[in-house]
Amino acid sequence: MDNERNLLDSVRMARFVAHGSLRLDAVVPADMNDEALSVLADGVPPVRYGTPLSKAYAPDSFTARLLAVPQVTGALHSLVGPEPLVDHHAVHVREPHGGDAQALHADAIIDVRPDAFDVQLMYYPQTVTLEMGGTLSVPGSHLRRINESDTGRYQNLRGQDRLVCPAGTVVFVHHGIWHGGRRNDSDTTRYMFKIRFNPTVRQQRLWDTSDLHDPRVRSELDVVFPWYEQATGRLERYNRTLLWRALTGDPDFDLDHWVTRVSNRPQEATA
Amino acid sequence: MTADSLTTPLTPVLRQQVLVLYLLNSALDSYVVGWSQYDGTGRTSPTTGDSAEPPYETGLDALKDGWRLIQAAQLVPPHPGHEYDVSFLKHEFFFEKILQVRTDR
Repeated sequence: MDNERNLLDSVRMARFVAHGSLRLDAVVPADMNDEALSVLADGVPPVRYGTPLSKAYAPDSFTARLLAVPQVTGALHSLVGPEPLVDHHAVHVREPHGGDAQALHADAIIDVRPDAFDVQLMYYPQTVTLEMGGTLSVPGSHLRRINESDTGRYQNLRGQDRLVCPAGTVVFVHHGIWHGGRRNDSDTTRYMFKIRFNPTVRQQRLWDTSDLHDPRVRSELDVVFPWYEQATGRLERYNRTLLWRALTGDPDFDLDHWVTRVSNRPQEATA
Repeated sequence: MTADSLTTPLTPVLRQQVLVLYLLNSALDSYVVGWSQYDGTGRTSPTTGDSAEPPYETGLDALKDGWRLIQAAQLVPPHPGHEYDVSFLKHEFFFEKILQVRTDR
């Protein structure tokens, strides 16, 4: 991590590319978490779609201070670059013993951009227990081409992440991640604050790339999740490779020759 | 007790339970990677994200426990130009059990 700007390093960026999410545990101070409960209960005034971040929130507002937490600022810059647009934000409230689990879905509509992505910040001001029905998400689902809740038939997938976290945790997710609020079976109202950001610059090498050739980058990118079918799991790594090529600008990067092998068409050279 | 009640046969009231398993490959005896359940008896209410471990290790294990296979996903070749796309889970198997919930006359 870039110490001054708290940028992500390449290993963490590779982990985001593979998992489709980045979790920052307990990065928001306790006094802000306490304040958040009343701020979120009152609601956060909406902003117009596509408002530049610097114009979206008053400097002394809770949201501006949340986004000024150094680890949050650094991660946001690493993922979408400077001055992203605020797509929209929303306060999610899960009442105690109330409501049903959301169907597994990806937000907005099907979005297959190969060289750009939005991120969603999810902020949890309280300690979230399993009973409280923290957000369910499916690691490595973000590159699947599905439309919103067409995945609602899937109740449980091996290796799914049922969020349990300390207060002040912030999770960034790729726009395509499959997720849903789980049923709150506890006696506590659960709050989550979500903000979606759109990049305004090419998302290439926006993080601290000084460790780009660390072998852990490759191992993070090569991870196989327990819910992947055997054959499709290989295609996941193919698609991940293409995304890493776009993010690094390295057209030759590959994992186990997956992309190189099937791109090899030596038509120019004769024997 | 009436004469009718003595002569009318008992009618079992049946309801369907559905189990959906997503498997590692297209073979029914391959490993379970995802699962969903729907309970027409109303006795349970399975929902999204309610369990971390699958009810069976393989599709075959569900058969051994009395589930009847009622649908298996077709094997569909990739659409030309989309061979490397990833989308829905491919190896989806629907099972049922029929349970008697009560007896009506």
